[in-house]
Amino acid sequence: MGGGFIRRGWVKLVITGNHAVSYGAKLARAEVIAAYPITPQTEVVEKLSTMVANKELKAKFIKVESEHSAMAACIGASAVGARSFTATSSQGLALMHEMLHWAANARLPVVMANINRAMGPPWNIWSDQTDSLAQRDTGWLQFYCENNQEILDTIIQSYKVCEKVLLPGMVVLDAFILSHTSEPVEIPPQKLIDEYLPAYNPKYKLDVKDPHTFGGLTSPDLYYELRYKIQNSMEDALSEIKRADSSFKRKFGRGYGLVEEYRARDADTLLIVSGSMSSTAKVAVDMMREKGERAGLLRIRVFRPFPKDEIRRVVRRGVKRIGVIDRNISFGSEGIFFQEVKSALCNEKRKVPIYGFVAGLGGRDVTVEDIINIKKSIKSNNRLKDIIWVGVKK
Amino acid sequence: MGRGKKISPVRPRKRSYGKRSNGVRFSIPQEEIMSPGHVACQGCGATLAMRYALKALGRNTIVVIPACCWSVIDGPFPYSSLGVPLFHTAFETAASTASGIAAGLEMEGNKDTNVLAWAGDGGTADIGIQALSGAVERRDKIIYVCYDNEAYMNTGIQRSSSTPYGAWTTTTPVEEFKSRPKKNMVEIIAAHDIPYAASANISYPEDFVGKLKKAKGIPGAKYIQVLSPCPAGWKYSSEMTIRLGKLAFETCVYPLYEVEGGKYIVKKPARKRPVEEYLKHQGRFKHLTKTGIEQIQHDVDLAWEKLLRKESI
Repeated sequence: MGGGFIRRGWVKLVITGNHAVSYGAKLARAEVIAAYPITPQTEVVEKLSTMVANKELKAKFIKVESEHSAMAACIGASAVGARSFTATSSQGLALMHEMLHWAANARLPVVMANINRAMGPPWNIWSDQTDSLAQRDTGWLQFYCENNQEILDTIIQSYKVCEKVLLPGMVVLDAFILSHTSEPVEIPPQKLIDEYLPAYNPKYKLDVKDPHTFGGLTSPDLYYELRYKIQNSMEDALSEIKRADSSFKRKFGRGYGLVEEYRARDADTLLIVSGSMSSTAKVAVDMMREKGERAGLLRIRVFRPFPKDEIRRVVRRGVKRIGVIDRNISFGSEGIFFQEVKSALCNEKRKVPIYGFVAGLGGRDVTVEDIINIKKSIKSNNRLKDIIWVGVKK
Repeated sequence: MGRGKKISPVRPRKRSYGKRSNGVRFSIPQEEIMSPGHVACQGCGATLAMRYALKALGRNTIVVIPACCWSVIDGPFPYSSLGVPLFHTAFETAASTASGIAAGLEMEGNKDTNVLAWAGDGGTADIGIQALSGAVERRDKIIYVCYDNEAYMNTGIQRSSSTPYGAWTTTTPVEEFKSRPKKNMVEIIAAHDIPYAASANISYPEDFVGKLKKAKGIPGAKYIQVLSPCPAGWKYSSEMTIRLGKLAFETCVYPLYEVEGGKYIVKKPARKRPVEEYLKHQGRFKHLTKTGIEQIQHDVDLAWEKLLRKESI
């Protein structure tokens, strides 16, 4: 319903991806925000500071001295039952790494935004997914957004899911391509958001009236089962995300799913992408379709938990070849979405060749033409390689 | 050696916490919030420190403990000896986690629960100094207590920046004992213009309890560093813990003082004893020669003199 008219009480603003994050956190009524500035995330915390200062948002904003402390403070606030929020990028996320594990293992539903930025050296502030994907084993849910409206909606949805499964969640967006690009974003009325997302009220929290110890020394006899439970909750998150998404759609008219299919129904060549690159790939698919090629697109929105069944379901329909495009790399191996897609499909009866492309590292533009060429190379390429580099200068 | 200078004696505490039938007055609160059954070593100073701290702060307290002896002392899951809510956190995050808890409580409208960050000297003076400095600069509403046993005792007696000059540790063997002075955390924190900073000592429970009670009533961030002798790490017999705490004060090796709103208040021993009396009971100083001991005496005298001058300002 993002159409040409505006409903009463609804506001449509032209805002950057960063401000979409801030509005999302505000609508979700984040109570404790602890953050440290880093390009390109800075606007998120500047906007939130203003919102807290002018009392638009009733929250405590702790202006911490590092991202490590930002996550620790979010953990403390969440442990006492407050809805907590932070945002970061790249080096900041890497510095948080220890505490990312802590948040997940302590079963605290902290939500954060990470603006994908390349890791140094050399210094580079542009988009690259390696920062967030390097955190894939920390126990955080991860959502990769395509546009600014989805960013705002996903912040709100992720609180709903995370507070249900008691795991933290990361909403991920591309540096500059989304973070600093203004798009029209519909801001739903607070009242409807409050109905969708009631206040966080955990069963267990730090409470002087009911004292408990959290995170004490645990022997191998019990630790293993605690990890087993986290995996179960991650698996539950798949259905919780779908549920939260469909109730969101009923209320606000927008839904996203675990994955998004674009002209994939009868596709023989399936391109798999994530993030803002999907918009470019959609244009490329349209152009190829006009020429009569049966190209289709699958956008992976949720990376953790990984939507294996959704991917299998699409591929089983008769896809003949798959190309996965990664704006990231696991050195010594290959693109990370490529790894995950292969692993989801490796036990399928019908084998489909999968090609892995690494493109656009450090913010290099990936154009419609690049994507058409990627599709062409899949068709003509008989030999499977682990990495096909797109436009590398030799 | 000690100057034997006459200094005014310790003022007696007036506060009373009830009387026994035989007329003996309790000088600290009677209620035991920390229970026995914890897993500390015999003669552990850090355990006494926690016992006194909870007596002072009461049950309306949430404790945050980073990696340190106390991560273990409290007891393995599902046991806990504290009697108040306890959140275990990562090594360098005692202050920042406590800041988050304090902010969360404030959002709940809870203004009176004490948030106690409880860290060892490694977690305070080394890996946690950044988070602590941040919390103190922001004046976050926390009480930070460093129980100072002067090395990484839980990990196996490795040197920290709080290890004193001359001490043996497992990473400063006697051939290369610690040849750098102890980092002065109370002064570092006081330099933040913190509302309240103090040093304390488990051998003076009334003093320690009084300081915690004072800290509780002051808004913003508070820092107390309590000397907690460690039989295993200092290499002395466990029945000597209290005696060593007293000697640390009486020799002025570990002065007891407060910095309140920038004003220094120093507690003076009746007679300043020579440092050798403190050092000689501890295996960690056994290798020291006469020159080494003289060096320590010289440093202690100088530091004491400086402290008294600060008080006179």
